Amino acid sequence: MSRMEPPLTRPDPQMARLDPSASRLKYRIERLMLTPVFRFALRVGLPFALCFGGASAWVSVEENRQAFNLMVADLRASVESRPEFQVKMMAIDGASAELSEAIRALLPIGFPISSFDLDLPAMQAQVVALNPVKSAELRIRQGGVLQIDVVERVPAVLWRRADGLFRLDESGVLVGAAAARAAHPALPVIAGAGAEQAVDEALALYAVTGPIRGRLRGFERMGGRRWDVVLNRGQRLMLPETGAVRALERAIAMDQAVDMLARDLLVVDLRLPRRPTIRMSEKATQEMWRIKAIEAGGD
Amino acid sequence: MIELYESQRAMRNMRRAAMQRGVIAVLDVGSSKIACLVLRFDGSEPLEDGIGSLAGQSGFRVIGAATTRSRGVRFGEIHSMSETERAIRTAVQAAQKMAGIRVDHVIACFSGAGPRSYGLDGTVDVMGMTVDEQDVARVLSECEVPDFGHGREVLHAQPVNFALDHRSGLIDPRGQIGNELSTDMHMLTVDAQAIQNLAHCVKRCDLELAGLASSAYVSGISALVEDEQELGAACIDMGGGATGVSIFIKKHMIYADAVRMGGDHVTSDISMGLQVPMATAERIKTFYGGVVATGMDDREMIETGGETGDWEHDRRTVSRAELIGIMRPRVEEILEEVRARLDAAGFDHLPSQQIVLTGGASQIPGLDGLASKILGQQVRLGRPLRVHGLPQAATGPGFASCVGLCLFAAHPQDEWWDFEIPSDRLSGRGFKRAVQWFRDNW
Repeated sequence: MSRMEPPLTRPDPQMARLDPSASRLKYRIERLMLTPVFRFALRVGLPFALCFGGASAWVSVEENRQAFNLMVADLRASVESRPEFQVKMMAIDGASAELSEAIRALLPIGFPISSFDLDLPAMQAQVVALNPVKSAELRIRQGGVLQIDVVERVPAVLWRRADGLFRLDESGVLVGAAAARAAHPALPVIAGAGAEQAVDEALALYAVTGPIRGRLRGFERMGGRRWDVVLNRGQRLMLPETGAVRALERAIAMDQAVDMLARDLLVVDLRLPRRPTIRMSEKATQEMWRIKAIEAGGD
Repeated sequence: MIELYESQRAMRNMRRAAMQRGVIAVLDVGSSKIACLVLRFDGSEPLEDGIGSLAGQSGFRVIGAATTRSRGVRFGEIHSMSETERAIRTAVQAAQKMAGIRVDHVIACFSGAGPRSYGLDGTVDVMGMTVDEQDVARVLSECEVPDFGHGREVLHAQPVNFALDHRSGLIDPRGQIGNELSTDMHMLTVDAQAIQNLAHCVKRCDLELAGLASSAYVSGISALVEDEQELGAACIDMGGGATGVSIFIKKHMIYADAVRMGGDHVTSDISMGLQVPMATAERIKTFYGGVVATGMDDREMIETGGETGDWEHDRRTVSRAELIGIMRPRVEEILEEVRARLDAAGFDHLPSQQIVLTGGASQIPGLDGLASKILGQQVRLGRPLRVHGLPQAATGPGFASCVGLCLFAAHPQDEWWDFEIPSDRLSGRGFKRAVQWFRDNW
């Protein structure tokens, strides 16, 4: 575009004052500034592009990136290492002494440690995985204490197995090994295949054995479906699959009525509820036959 | 006439594009001032029949207006391209700034360039039972175009009347039953050079030309009221360098012409007569000018002023009667010339002979009295219509053509090139003809 040629006549100075005129460049710039798209680009696009470009250029240098990462890491470390976030000790509530020891051995934490470094859900999973622990709650208490609230499993029965004696809780979950029967006199003993799956039944039976508790040795699971009550002197009450508690109550009532269990019998078979059957010992049988013979008037 | 179609149709398409964008500028390139208005269209097109509310000008609003002293325009024609371009730029820039929006399309008008009117007529047999678009197109192309000479361009070509058999005065003959369709058309030609210059100036301002109009025509649109346009009236647009004459009847312009004299000539007479600079002469004309002297005017002394340093020269006074004595002959001359043009056009045969004076130079006090002596009894001073958002400063008679151009931009008269091209003139456009055939038969 050619430059504007000067006017051929000398401009009147008085009129030139009244004669504002825009230069071509100014006119174009003003039109550009009045273009909505251009204004939007200038107001939004340009700052964005500048910021983005500057940031990209800065980040594209490897050293800057490293310095930035280092700075972030430093900042993070400085925040994490503040005394407010330090954990100085572990407190275990609701656990016996040996369980506490076991938990401490399980979570080898070098105190003091930042609370950001503790993975509480994982630790909780670890603690709960311990046999004697029913549930556990881990939190960081004020004052920098890692508080572990443990609910221990309460042993409800002793479980006799070929390889030893174990404690089970009322749902049949293993609590731990038992040193000896005598160490837990209050707990009933169960045995037999599948006994640990029917601990609740055993406990229900145990609850009604009050009158014969002195003679009770334990409960044996027979064939994984029914219980035998084992008494001392080798006596055994065979209970049915269903209505075992009722059958046991009847046997106890019979015992109280006719002093049944004090007699020389080996097995009281209650598996058919309408027909309790007893099996006497060999000697008693011989004796009964002798008495019967006498009654019959023989010899 | 195909090439004429092309350029005018291109401008019409440009106007449509501007309408879609909703913003268009109108530019009055006058000899004494260049005015630019920026219009915003709300898109509320008027109803199909009638002209809608507010005389059909409710669809737009003036959002920017600017005026600048004209440079490089003489007798309504561009005289110095770069100067004019600068003036257009100044006006457009100021109007844009006021509007707060960029305009890309501009509709311009100018007064000079020797407009010449032609009355055309054409007759054609209706092809089918009823008159359809093709018949209208054919009758328009059937009009015998006079030899308007080399280097001239058609500015307006408006069908003003349709006649079917013996019924004349039809506005829209489509759908009517008849045998012979004839039309009367008014064609206005101007110097091609002037149009090219203006187009070039507008283009150099990074603007698109969306239409061109004669300023005599557009000031007639705005200054004549509806019944004057209907019954017959002449609008005398007295500008700075040229005085436009347009005659309207039945809401159509039937004649336009321009006298190459205007207010600037009065100013230069004063300047020469009183030996003062043009600026002072202009000031004296606007403050004290008149055409009818009274006894009081002999006593009213006007200081002409001056800055030569010569006390005698700078302290000259002139009586108002002397000023009027300088102005009146020139104004009379202009009006006589207008009278001659009106007589040549046969204005005295019109049923109503209302004459409306408008334009900046019509503000001379007493002009209506003088004009009624020369032009006829029914003379009034006209001001442009009020349009939405027009600033108070732009409501004077000097803005008649500006306002008229707004109305023209909003609702242009159907011109020749707005009608379809008759299919038999579309040589070598087989596909278009096939499309046309399909459209006609289905």
